[in-house]
Amino acid sequence: MKLRNQLKAAIRSLGKNKMRTFLTMLGIIIGVASVIAMLAIGQGSKESIQKQIANLGTNLLTVFPSASMTGGVRMEAGSSVKLTMDDYKAVASRCPAVLYSTPTVRTSGQLIASGQNWRTTVWGVYPDYFNIRNLDIDKGAVFTLNDDRTASKVCVIGQTVNKYLFGEGQDPTGRIIRINKIPFQVIGLIAAKGQNAWGQDQDDIVIAPFNTVQVRMMTVTYIQSIMLSATSETMIPEATDEVTQVLKERHRLGPSEDPDFSIRSQADISSAATATSSILTALLASIASISLLVGGIGIMNIMLVSVTERTREIGIRMGVGARGRDVLLQFLIEALMISLIGGLLGVGLGIIASGVIASIMSWPVTITVQSIVLSFLFSTAIGIFFGWYPARKAASLNPIDALRYE
Amino acid sequence: MGDLEVHALRGINMDVHKSDFIAIMGKSGSGKSTFMNIAGCLDVPTKGEYMLDNVDVGKLNKDQLAHLRNKKIGFVFQSFNLLSRTSALENVELPLMYNSKVSSKEMKERSINALESVGLADRSHHLPSQLSGGEQQRVAIARALVNNPVVILADEPTGNLDTRTSVEVMSIFQKLNTQGITVIIVTHEPDIAAYTNRNVTFRDGRIQKDFIVEKPRNAATELLTMPVLTEEETI
Repeated sequence: MKLRNQLKAAIRSLGKNKMRTFLTMLGIIIGVASVIAMLAIGQGSKESIQKQIANLGTNLLTVFPSASMTGGVRMEAGSSVKLTMDDYKAVASRCPAVLYSTPTVRTSGQLIASGQNWRTTVWGVYPDYFNIRNLDIDKGAVFTLNDDRTASKVCVIGQTVNKYLFGEGQDPTGRIIRINKIPFQVIGLIAAKGQNAWGQDQDDIVIAPFNTVQVRMMTVTYIQSIMLSATSETMIPEATDEVTQVLKERHRLGPSEDPDFSIRSQADISSAATATSSILTALLASIASISLLVGGIGIMNIMLVSVTERTREIGIRMGVGARGRDVLLQFLIEALMISLIGGLLGVGLGIIASGVIASIMSWPVTITVQSIVLSFLFSTAIGIFFGWYPARKAASLNPIDALRYE
Repeated sequence: MGDLEVHALRGINMDVHKSDFIAIMGKSGSGKSTFMNIAGCLDVPTKGEYMLDNVDVGKLNKDQLAHLRNKKIGFVFQSFNLLSRTSALENVELPLMYNSKVSSKEMKERSINALESVGLADRSHHLPSQLSGGEQQRVAIARALVNNPVVILADEPTGNLDTRTSVEVMSIFQKLNTQGITVIIVTHEPDIAAYTNRNVTFRDGRIQKDFIVEKPRNAATELLTMPVLTEEETI
């Protein structure tokens, strides 16, 4: 039988039971739509995490002192071994793969200005920090290395700090903030950066020259971490190696000894976060595919009923010369048509559902071509898989019995 | 019956010639149906051979049997066996659909010709449910002859029809037979058998009687004198 005639016959017989066909199709429609919507949500969250991580600066490396071990008891990280200014200088001068670098200290401070107060983290860094973290300046300017040398009491504040102390949209430059009772002049406002991947507000920050914070506020001599950026993303491993070598040498550790510091790169965090969201996506998609599978069982069920109902028809067709494979193809095409049309409608519904989720829940949603192709192919495979058995059953009927069937 | 082995036919030797018009008679269980199934290539004999148009049917597989049915056999059933919700024309087209050598244009032409030869050209787009019993059976006959078969096999073609319609159907068979088509019908009714040229009676799986009808009745002339039934004509 020619394919065109097969298709015509399939449309006719599906059209005979419109309600039944639609309900069977609905299983596939819902299955495909939910797979697409779930993949869209997963992909959307993955992309937004990746974007936020890129926002932090993808070439970013942070050197922390490691936890020391005393008689087998690990102490808190940084509790005995500290990084020093000399460590920083060695890293900054001897590592060609490092582009920007800064020592950092961090403390929390109570901020008071214009009758308002606010508690936040105060960072003491070199101006390079702004390059490492990709921070832009909205108003005013960044402090200079000269400010650092003189430990001048200037600072740059984030949008959140500005909002609570001076009011949103106000220009804070030139104003005075008392941080832990020390007056600082605000010389710049950082452009909004939003939340990071962990929901931390990156605009809730005060940045001051390194020396100012280390000497005036914290009165310590060590540095808490060294932040640096590799010359490019691909140079991250090389920069890591160089820094490790320099610091091991300075800490008098042999090449085989464990370092007493750790280097964390943004790539580690990025891959961990991406892996987490990939697992989530896979989980969502597999739950959704179960509904697609149930839809497939629905097809098989209805096709089996159809084969029984149409035993006579099968007998007539065989009587006039249909071979087993003609009958097989006829029923397979019907099953396939249900799953194909259901798949197409499901793709449409999935796109609409993703859009609705995006607008109502304001979740990041990304529909990829792959997810559409994948779920459509999956639904087709289900049509063939679950359509095969009923079709096989129809094809193996004996024409004599089928013709006599009441 | 299940697994019990029953020899529905035994020791049958019968020749059917081209342009024969044969009535197969006999009580139920006499082996008529098995004979028709084998003649129609729906079944193969466990022993012995069946030669159809110089082909040994017994040696063929299922697909080859289907092919043979498609090319050389036309079936007519007691209960018409038309596809419901499918127009008369498309019902007639059905055997040609399984013949890949026939183009869709040729398929339509031949089907319309077949419907014309049973006098139903004007009903080609009616559904079986919109046709009377006699008309449905005529569609079935058109379907049986659309593939130019070697033989038309009709299993009690008048069993569900009233007297006048039965005669109408027999007149069509007689007309086709005079055009050279071989027709074999199964019937209970001696009246119907009287329209054929040769009567074969089965009993317990054997041929009991096989004789030539000396003076077959002529359905076409009888129809002229028969009262017209309103039910048939007012549809």
